[in-house]
Amino acid sequence: MTEAISTTKQRKWQDYFTFCTDHKVIGIQYLVSSFFFYFIGGIFAEIMRTELATPDPDVVSPELYNQLLTLHGTIMIFLWIVPAAAGFANYLIPLMVGAEDMAFPRLNALAFWINPPAGVLLLSSFFVGAPQSGWTSYPPLSLLSGKWGEEFWILSILLIGTSSILGAINFVTTILKMRIPEMDIHSMPLFCWAMLASSALALLSTPVLAAALVLLSFDLIVGTSFFNPAGGGDPIVYQHLFWFYSHPAVYIMILPFFGIISEVLPVHSRKPIFGYRAIAYSSLAISFLGLIVWAHHMFTSGTPGWLRMFFMATTMLIAVPTGIKIFSWCATLWGGKLNLNTSLLFGIGFVSSFLIGGLSGVMIASVPFDIHVHDTYFIVAHFHYVLFGGSVLGLYAGVYHWFPKMTGRMVNETLGKIHFAMSFIGLNITFLPMHELGLMGMNRRIALYDIEFQPLNLIATIGSYILAASTIPFIINVIWSLNKGKQAERNPWRALTLEWQTSSPPAIENFSETPVLWSGPYEYGIDSEPRDSDSIRDLLAEVASEG
Amino acid sequence: MSISTSTDITTSSVSAEHAHHGHPDHRLFGVVLFLIAEGMIFLGLFSAFLIYRSMLPVWPPEGTPELETLLPGINSIILISSSFVMHQGQAAIKKNDVAGLRLWFGLTALMGAIFLAGQLYEYFHLEFGLTTNLFASSFYVLTGFHGLHVTVGLLLILCVLWRAQRPNHYSSESHFGVEAAELYWHFVDVVWVILFILVYLL
Ligand code: HEM
Ligand SMILES: [Cu+2]
Repeated sequence: MTEAISTTKQRKWQDYFTFCTDHKVIGIQYLVSSFFFYFIGGIFAEIMRTELATPDPDVVSPELYNQLLTLHGTIMIFLWIVPAAAGFANYLIPLMVGAEDMAFPRLNALAFWINPPAGVLLLSSFFVGAPQSGWTSYPPLSLLSGKWGEEFWILSILLIGTSSILGAINFVTTILKMRIPEMDIHSMPLFCWAMLASSALALLSTPVLAAALVLLSFDLIVGTSFFNPAGGGDPIVYQHLFWFYSHPAVYIMILPFFGIISEVLPVHSRKPIFGYRAIAYSSLAISFLGLIVWAHHMFTSGTPGWLRMFFMATTMLIAVPTGIKIFSWCATLWGGKLNLNTSLLFGIGFVSSFLIGGLSGVMIASVPFDIHVHDTYFIVAHFHYVLFGGSVLGLYAGVYHWFPKMTGRMVNETLGKIHFAMSFIGLNITFLPMHELGLMGMNRRIALYDIEFQPLNLIATIGSYILAASTIPFIINVIWSLNKGKQAERNPWRALTLEWQTSSPPAIENFSETPVLWSGPYEYGIDSEPRDSDSIRDLLAEVASEG
Repeated sequence: MSISTSTDITTSSVSAEHAHHGHPDHRLFGVVLFLIAEGMIFLGLFSAFLIYRSMLPVWPPEGTPELETLLPGINSIILISSSFVMHQGQAAIKKNDVAGLRLWFGLTALMGAIFLAGQLYEYFHLEFGLTTNLFASSFYVLTGFHGLHVTVGLLLILCVLWRAQRPNHYSSESHFGVEAAELYWHFVDVVWVILFILVYLL
């Protein structure tokens, strides 16, 4: 049974704790460490939801609630979704383009190793009084609530930002320069397109956040007044700089999972992807538009009317490329021979929940509506549908899809389906009522609230417990499958992208011989039998011997 | 038929690339991407500066002591010319002339050091401090952040000079370090031109 594995040289577990430059090790390092932070962020969320089950602040003090809220948001964004996406990108890009590693392996390892210290720094802010001003850290609030906690927050975000810039440099260079020669840009997998678009955003927008945070640091530590109205500064400037990064950041957090979904759906429905170029180019369109919509977060910040009109229009425009993707995915599924395994279930779950978040996005893009729901639970509902229903479900679709490749073991489908069912149900019970709460006028970021909001809050809290419980079957599944799972063959899904042409898990040097591009990445079901790469190899060997 | 030709192409191009460092060299491309990101930090800072400028009725705010432009002007000329001096160094190494590289890069380093010294001199003689007002804070942060980049550029040049002592470290075919340092230096120069216009002249 284990022979197949022992013939190719494999990594030892110790390698995962070293400054290893192998992109596969780094990919796993990103994924596992981000999951660890997800766990912490999740615990914070459950404490908050427990507090919110009743109107009074009886479980935690309002100050502690604010700290948990700030760290929850920061961790989920900067230490869970962003690095988890980097994990997939690291693991998959070189394999998908047929390279033996990233363009700059040492830089890559450095980018990863910046993250754990940054996370520790962030969490250690509890010792000096954790920041309380939310993941957005708006001044003047952020200048008033605890200097050192806030500074820890800033430093940790600056570190993580540096890491994502270095990562993005690697992704762009590898995708553009390291493809095997036969793979032109229109035959590379859509995940690579998505990472290209997302990395471009990271390169262009993260530095602007750095600029904002450096200025904020000066205000905080040195006593300048860039953003402090008390000294003649302007907090709105911070908001512009912050959202110039943080709106693109939401696309940095979703585009990689768009990419994953575009891989998962065609393979498991045995159909070519519908609209390859439409999906590829719409990612670029999203990146471009994503750079010119930031002030839709500032409709109530005194933004002048003409500017609000501009940002309302550009924001609504983004729904077009996003819609193109959704229609393409549905058309891919339509009439396919669906193999409803856990990966595809998460994929379909992604499309449907992300759709709800996208629709509420278009609602709040409209200025008159947003003025009513800004800073209410409607916004919380919106971004959890896109970030949990979108990014997190997409992430799990990817985990179940590539687990056999990464570990050489198949996952347990039953546990996987339980995990999916609990996630999907839990997600909707938790976040659907928040739309209504927002419309009723419940503010976000508060520990105590009016009694009339209690019933829906209680439902949301129960949903969040289901979500917490849903990770148990997942963790059991991972541990069980790693030890007892069925041995995975080279290409269990009969997929056509190059990562499936090498062994599972891949050898240290990825491919024993340069992989061959036989067909486009998604030409499933075009022949009577979908060709898998083993038979391609046999065919090629025949052709070669015929000479 | 077509399959075997395409594999032939693969093997030949791979072996050609492997002649160099074992890998085709994408490092300069990486440096360009990095500089784009760096440029965005400055863009963020410049935008903040321009917003402040348009926000206040008088700019610099009333009571801000005048900025002297003579010394910074001379400084600018030195920094900008250093870019051309530096380019001679790259031209030299392209002809395998290591002595030339060291001469021109040494000169560039000297000019960069004079620029930094000039800036420090200016700091010590200014009549406003970091927290005096919005203009003063912006002035120090912008010039300081740029000065930090000049310092890094200077260190890169010194690094190249250090390595150029070893025989055959740089040659006409292989001199990534030289090109990267030069690219970085040109970047720092262009940023200075914009900064000088925004802060001193407008
Ligand atoms: C069709 C696409 C989308 C549109 C039109 C849209 C629109 C908006 C608007 C107008 C706001 C500001 C509302 C307010 O604060 O009053 C907002 C907030 C937000 N959106 Fe979206 N959005 C879209 C997709 C996404 C995606 C894909 C993500 C993340 C993956 C996302 C994450 C967020 C987050 C995190 C916030 C709240 C930020 C905060 O204030 O803390 N959105 N969205
Ligand atoms: Cu936004």
